[in-house]
Amino acid sequence: MNKNFIIYLTLAILFVLISPYLFDDYGVRILNNIFIFLILAASYNLINGVTGQFSLEPNGFVAIGAYVTALCLLSEDLKWDLFQLEDPAPWVLALNTSLVPALLLSGVVATIVAVFLAAPVFRVRGDYLAIVTLGFGFIIKVFAINSPEITNGSIGLNEIPSLINIYWTGGIAIITVLVMLNIVYSKYGRAMKAVRDDEDAASAIGINTFKIKTMAFGTSAFFEGVGGGLLAILLTTISPDLFTFFLTFQLLIIIVLGGLGSMTGTIIGTVLVIGGSEWLRFLDGPMNIFGIQTEAHPGLRMVIFSVILILVMLFAREGIMGKKELSTILRKKFKKGKDDVRD
Amino acid sequence: MMLEIRNITKKFGGIVAINDTSFNINKNEIFGLIGPNGAGKTTMFNIITGNYKPTSGKVFLDGKDITNKKNYKIVREGIARTFQNIRLFSSMSVLDNILIGFDNSIKYTYLESIFRFPRYFSQEKKTKEKAYEIMEFLGIEKFANELASSLSYGNQRKVEIARAMATNPKILLLDEPAAGMNPNETKQLAHLLFDIRDKFDITILLIEHDMKFVNHLCDKVLVLDYGKTIFEGKIEDAIQDEEVIKAYLGDFKHA
Repeated sequence: MNKNFIIYLTLAILFVLISPYLFDDYGVRILNNIFIFLILAASYNLINGVTGQFSLEPNGFVAIGAYVTALCLLSEDLKWDLFQLEDPAPWVLALNTSLVPALLLSGVVATIVAVFLAAPVFRVRGDYLAIVTLGFGFIIKVFAINSPEITNGSIGLNEIPSLINIYWTGGIAIITVLVMLNIVYSKYGRAMKAVRDDEDAASAIGINTFKIKTMAFGTSAFFEGVGGGLLAILLTTISPDLFTFFLTFQLLIIIVLGGLGSMTGTIIGTVLVIGGSEWLRFLDGPMNIFGIQTEAHPGLRMVIFSVILILVMLFAREGIMGKKELSTILRKKFKKGKDDVRD
Repeated sequence: MMLEIRNITKKFGGIVAINDTSFNINKNEIFGLIGPNGAGKTTMFNIITGNYKPTSGKVFLDGKDITNKKNYKIVREGIARTFQNIRLFSSMSVLDNILIGFDNSIKYTYLESIFRFPRYFSQEKKTKEKAYEIMEFLGIEKFANELASSLSYGNQRKVEIARAMATNPKILLLDEPAAGMNPNETKQLAHLLFDIRDKFDITILLIEHDMKFVNHLCDKVLVLDYGKTIFEGKIEDAIQDEEVIKAYLGDFKHA
């Protein structure tokens, strides 16, 4: 670990600690959102950016995580009240834990699903992989709608205790980023990048590419599950319709905008996409531009947002950061530190 | 015997790419596989390294049957290769490319890397030192932190050889290592290959079209034509062999 890294880490922890005093309730809520999306995007980046497997499944894992956490946190009485279509399954009633085990269980369940999914999914590459993984998200949604004894069907679950707290989301986001960096700068991360650059060559040099892809997929699923759990306690209401392809699409925008495979890029991308779309909200309402009063144009913010996206993609083909990290760029600039373990 | 190829046949649909070919390579030999384009040389490489399954026949490494093993497992057995068209990991540094080769000899688990156990640091340090040793041997240590794709063609070849050597092979398979090099670079490469054999105790099997290079380097050659062995032995004899001349230049009698 180098000195700069410890400075970044300390700053990040300090920011999380003092953020409730810096922002009002609205700001903290957006910050929570940003942190949750950072968890999701950083883990999605591991499989999509670092390992280069163009997969479109995170909404499925997020849904799994959200449902597991919700079911763990709802009390037995509340479950009897909520489940109107069918009586809850006995094991659903028996599930009752506090927040930390609930989040861990969300991650573990998502990982188990991912490992089983890996075998059929990684038989194909590239565009085909995208289609196959896209199907997974739909399967989860259909499953959620048609299993009322577990998920309460299309009504969904509500009255999930609002245990959200900036220290949880911020802390887990920092841990996620740390874990991802530790993976990327290890032999496993190198193998993942090798798979991205040339899968056949990686295999010809002794890398078990299927195993590496499954590791990346499983790790990414774990944090997507945990992020899903946090989303459930942020929103307090979840339903199958919440976890559509649009969620995956948002994450995809974040990592492509930031630069596939770059952690710094993911952080910038999350702040821009999630924070930016909140900040641009004023565009939807009536505006006063140099004395000219305009009407409200709902949806204008998405238009502007898309324009910004097009501009970034035109002028920075590989995203804002490309595959680089902030520390690499700074080091190149100041020409110091020859070769650290952590870039 | 280091490598034994026994009655290998490979068919792609109706086309016979390799027809009942057998040969042996002894320890510390430099063995050349030559022949005109489309003779089945690269197919033979792909069979030895496990990228293709042969239609029939067997491959033995050090007396052990490796015929139906997956390619990444064959690397662990001790066969490493380079590609005809250089295939480096282009977005990674030269050092990282070579570290990939060491992947199987680095001993720490996934969780140990996530939680940064002491073993992570000691193993990474040790491996980096070994990588620098190989780079210094090949004279590419000054490019360690450069992007692999930014290097000149000759140096990229060296990185690929370094990456293959990092897997600690018993035998190194080089697919046209001198292609695209000028005579000077070719001469250097020949010296390097002798050094690799002598200092690292590595047997070498290579495909090459540059006959001067092959003549200078190889103890023994095998000439393939349309998947069939037409000559096996010393290169001096090969260039006088009627079958070999016919394969390369055509049959004058019927022309």
